[in-house]
Amino acid sequence: MTEAVQIRPEQFPLTRECPFSPPKEYRDLREEAPIARVNLLDGKWAWALTRHEDVRTMLSDPRFSADRSNPDFPQMVMGRVQDDDAEKSLISMDAPEHGPARRAVLGEFTVRRMEALRPRIQEIVDERIDAMLAGPRPVDLVRELSLPVPSLVICELLGVPYSDHEFFQAHTATMVSRQSSVPDRRAAFQAVQTYLGDLILLKEKDPSEDDLLGRQIIKGREEGTYRHRALVAMAFLLLLAGHETTANMISLSTVALLENPDQLALVKADPARTLPAVEELLRYFTIVDTVTARVATEDVPLGGVTIRAGEGVLGLGFAANRDPEAFADPDDLDIERGARHHVAFGFGPHQCLGQNLARMELQIVIDTLFRRIPDLALAEPVGKLAFKDEAAIYGMYSLPVTW
Amino acid sequence: MKLIADVGRCVGAGQCVLTEPDVFDQSEDDGTVVVLVDEPEGDQLEHVREAVRVCPSQAISLSG
Repeated sequence: MTEAVQIRPEQFPLTRECPFSPPKEYRDLREEAPIARVNLLDGKWAWALTRHEDVRTMLSDPRFSADRSNPDFPQMVMGRVQDDDAEKSLISMDAPEHGPARRAVLGEFTVRRMEALRPRIQEIVDERIDAMLAGPRPVDLVRELSLPVPSLVICELLGVPYSDHEFFQAHTATMVSRQSSVPDRRAAFQAVQTYLGDLILLKEKDPSEDDLLGRQIIKGREEGTYRHRALVAMAFLLLLAGHETTANMISLSTVALLENPDQLALVKADPARTLPAVEELLRYFTIVDTVTARVATEDVPLGGVTIRAGEGVLGLGFAANRDPEAFADPDDLDIERGARHHVAFGFGPHQCLGQNLARMELQIVIDTLFRRIPDLALAEPVGKLAFKDEAAIYGMYSLPVTW
Repeated sequence: MKLIADVGRCVGAGQCVLTEPDVFDQSEDDGTVVVLVDEPEGDQLEHVREAVRVCPSQAISLSG
């Protein structure tokens, strides 16, 4: 017996109602049909999950696959960028392949290892703010602070020359924009792959213990597991995720705090509030919303429906993070709410590998920026700012500030 | 209450260490959870409950 397939009119991906609010359809979906079939760009449909509990349950269930090369995987942009035989990175792997691959690099991202980077990150942030203070106003915060800080940090950690930052930042911008053509996205992807492939070939000749890529080569060779293509795929993921996401969060956090002076006053009054503020800002913006998609590999009952093998699922993190069942008054920015159960870093075995680096970068930037420039202000009203409505990772193209 | 960690499930997100660094640590080798206090009490126990709640892979639990 087949049930009638009812598909809601919403077509994903949807656009945010404003920089501070999810697509307005998210609320309707959560209230009317929290597990609903919705349309995708390519004419297919997928299940959209909008409740916090359902998103966490789905992302924890190994019967939902993260394999982006599966033809049934729900597509958020038109056209595939990678070939079918492309090396899988961590975000596309399932058990049993995923665990050992993640653990091979996890030791690099422990809380203690990230804490050891703190003095250097502080130094980088101070240098950038010195340069801002020495130059003319207004300043584009994206160009002078948001983008350089995480780019410098991830370059130093990986062992990628920062002098190449304009090359990989420009290609990243092309890759994450839904407005880029498929050939342009493919070309950008290939260019960065080739660049990292050449860089890693050089490192293979004389790998250094001083950077992550060198250490991965040494460790992989000792254990007899080293593969060039696997390291290129990992380097690509870490480089892209390591600068684009944090850069956008720095810009958005600055705007949100300036627009919520009562919250900014709380942060300024006590540095112990910065880390909880970072958690709340992560929840409030959830800049990576549709990456937490999956495809069912078996029939799975979930929240009163049965998701069939081969059906795509969107675990909408931004909807989950604005679910009133999980967060009271979810549309308010409230740094004291206790937001740590947000899913802005995803959930389950794929939860962001670099989350503790991101937290520390955001904490240091917010503390230092508002301490050193206490009268920081937007140089343009929010309505005139350039937000990345068409990007797979939400953020800002520029952010003019003054003081 | 006894604190139980399932290293096989752990994905090394480090959320437990952020929550209560006196009870949890991470292996330097593969980032997985290391329990420093088997039977946390008082404030530590409350923090462990929070860690259980935010763990992304249900790798830690309290029993007894």
